[in-house]
Amino acid sequence: MKILVGYKRVVDYNVRIQVKPDGSGVVSDGVKLSPNPFDEIALEEALRLREKGVASEVVVVGIGPTDLQAHLRNGLAMGANRAIHVATSDAVQPLTAARVLLKLVQKEQPGLVILGKQAIDDDCNQTGQMLAALWDRPQATFASKVEIGEDKARVTREVDAGLETLEVDLPAVITTDLRLNEPRFIKLPDIMKAKSKPIEILELASLGVEPGDHLKTLHYAPPPGRSKGVMVKDVAELVAALKSKGLV
Amino acid sequence: MTRYAAPLDDMRFALYDVLDGERTLKQLPRGESLSRETIDAVLEEAARLSEQVLAPLNQSGDAEGCHFDKATASVTTPKGFKEANAQFVAGGWPGLTAPERYGGQDLPETVGALVKEMLDSANLSWGNYPLLSAGATEALLQHGEEWQREVFLKPIVAGRWTGTMCLTEPHCGTDLGLLKTRAEPAADGSYRVSGTKIFITGGEHDLSENIVHLVLARLPDAPTGTKGISMFVVPKFKVARDGTLGARNGVACGSIEHKMGIKASATCVMNFDAAEGYLVGQPNKGLTAMFTMMNAARLAVGIQGLGLIERAYQNSLAYARERLQMRALSGPKFPHQPADPIIVHPDVRRLLLTQKAIAEAGRVLVLHAALLGDTHLRSDDAAARERAEQELSFLIPICKGLLTELANECTYHAMQVLGGHGYIAEWGLEQFARDARITTIYEGTTQIQALDLLGRKVFQLQGAGLQVFLERIGAFCRQHADAAALAEFIGPLGKLAQQWGEITQRVGVAAAGNPEELGAAAVDYLFYSGYVTLAFCWARSVAAADAGARSGTFKQAKRATARFYFQRILPRTEAHAAMLRAGAASLMDLPEALFG
Repeated sequence: MKILVGYKRVVDYNVRIQVKPDGSGVVSDGVKLSPNPFDEIALEEALRLREKGVASEVVVVGIGPTDLQAHLRNGLAMGANRAIHVATSDAVQPLTAARVLLKLVQKEQPGLVILGKQAIDDDCNQTGQMLAALWDRPQATFASKVEIGEDKARVTREVDAGLETLEVDLPAVITTDLRLNEPRFIKLPDIMKAKSKPIEILELASLGVEPGDHLKTLHYAPPPGRSKGVMVKDVAELVAALKSKGLV
Repeated sequence: MTRYAAPLDDMRFALYDVLDGERTLKQLPRGESLSRETIDAVLEEAARLSEQVLAPLNQSGDAEGCHFDKATASVTTPKGFKEANAQFVAGGWPGLTAPERYGGQDLPETVGALVKEMLDSANLSWGNYPLLSAGATEALLQHGEEWQREVFLKPIVAGRWTGTMCLTEPHCGTDLGLLKTRAEPAADGSYRVSGTKIFITGGEHDLSENIVHLVLARLPDAPTGTKGISMFVVPKFKVARDGTLGARNGVACGSIEHKMGIKASATCVMNFDAAEGYLVGQPNKGLTAMFTMMNAARLAVGIQGLGLIERAYQNSLAYARERLQMRALSGPKFPHQPADPIIVHPDVRRLLLTQKAIAEAGRVLVLHAALLGDTHLRSDDAAARERAEQELSFLIPICKGLLTELANECTYHAMQVLGGHGYIAEWGLEQFARDARITTIYEGTTQIQALDLLGRKVFQLQGAGLQVFLERIGAFCRQHADAAALAEFIGPLGKLAQQWGEITQRVGVAAAGNPEELGAAAVDYLFYSGYVTLAFCWARSVAAADAGARSGTFKQAKRATARFYFQRILPRTEAHAAMLRAGAASLMDLPEALFG
């Protein structure tokens, strides 16, 4: 079985995000970029399935500008067999990403697609669901445990009420939650070996996908700073103050 | 809990922008396939290991220290060290710079220097174990016979075994000519090594299956003094030629030292009792063999200084931004808070900027030296190799002497920023100061570095390295002579470079008349040279930042820090110049009896 893994590059989780002064976006110039943590978990899961003999090949996919290849190389160093780079200089919204992934699914015919449940930059949490709908295959999102059987996957998912277990027919889309696994450290020899692993480059346009403009960004602004508090004399004054603000 | 985030961006700036290191490394033999992308990937993964695995063990390792069990003569490293080492080994890191034919990745020493900085920042004590293995690796590579490399080197490169360097004895440290450990030839061509070695880092521990000691000892017919010393490889467990482990050899740990810092690094007394060993290199040439490894070992300790400065800076900076005390002298800067963070105060900024200025310029210095080292080791152009070696040998005592002395200053400043919280153990700052203290002592004290610089590198070698380096500064100054934006740096730098030459000549003349003048001048000369060298590193950094595609704030920070260095640290050269002019008299005039 072949597994396709989405591998997005995002601003590192340790970076304190700053909004550009003109409100057109967040500052990414000179900012540390890293693999999306949920996608690292997705790749780790795929690699473990390959190591168990369940999967035979793991392909990482990235969509973005030319310098994305260093990032895909990281996925190859972690252990993916090969990478596909869908090249575009435009920002990629979830529906566009899902449409691109659908094209790659049709081309590669994977038995399983594993994606992060969301990317930590826009937190959309949409691409996996959209891909499943476009592909017309089952989805199991927020996975905290994945077991692959004969033509079926049993997926434990984290929901508000606790743990829910789904069984889905394969091929399917699985999206990963934080507690599914702990991604491995990359070995130095594997970094060197990754240099010679193949990265296939496809222009976004060549896939017949238009970079859609489904979401319009009006303005970026940092969360307002905390304003100064007021001291109240007693509970009665507190209740009155909360009432006057319409909070109780 | 102290924090550490590897300064990857500044590392890349120093290597690629300031030093054009990618081009240098690519042009060297075996570097064609080395890309920036690969180097960055290696650095990122080393950062992850340092930050997530090694840094969290720094404070706990210090608190726990190593344990010695007398009954079994065994040493246990602090909790977590074994697992961290296993991860380091599984990741293939012991073989980072080792040749491919022995199982390594053959990456340049320059990449090794950056990785080392991160390991040392994260956990200096832990970093000493792989450091000593690297020393043993180099000894075997340069001087070992092929079978010795097959049997002893491969497992070290694979990380299954570790190495040590056994030089010091109870009565001899700096003066190895006095050493007494004996090696008697055995009938089978091996030797039986007997004697006591002290201060042996990693002499015994629980991190590896076997420990390979490189031991200096005397053959029965050896001449006295330094010309009668040979090097031997002595394993903890005997090893058959096919690599299988045999019985325990006649070498055991007698005790471990209790010390001020690097408490998680086992410092052992090693007793050799007719231990089976093999001669490495030529008889009576052991000390010469050691000398060929000295550049790498001393640079490594300079990097330890740099690593400590970086970590101390990060932690004192974070505190200065968070700690609210008093108001800025010019009025509140953060009126909504009960007090201003202490970073508003001029002298807190001096404490922080001193660390920042030395860490960033020190990084450029270390990488400049490392690139020279790679050129020396790898270039196929003999003239380029020799030139690199001259400049490197000259810069090594500066790297080691200056960066370790300044590591003591900087960790002191970092503690000061935290006030009482710097003095107590909880915040981890006092550990940095304690750990820094050894770096000016081992691998040749500052005094030895200074004598090496002035006595050997400058006078004995007729200043060849100094000339190469001064020419480099001169070329840089000429190249940027018309750049108005750099004038504030180029001007003073050019003057100091000239004065450096004059001072060297004056000390030379004085020392020719009275040898004590050399010893009296050496340490001031080292500091003077070091501060001018860092000024050069700063001028290059500003020029590179201005010319590069970095953000405006990046350029602004580099320029402001350079300005601080030139205005607030570089004037120290004036004091050293004055003390150099004063000569030996005030040190030598007081009769010994009158010291009290």
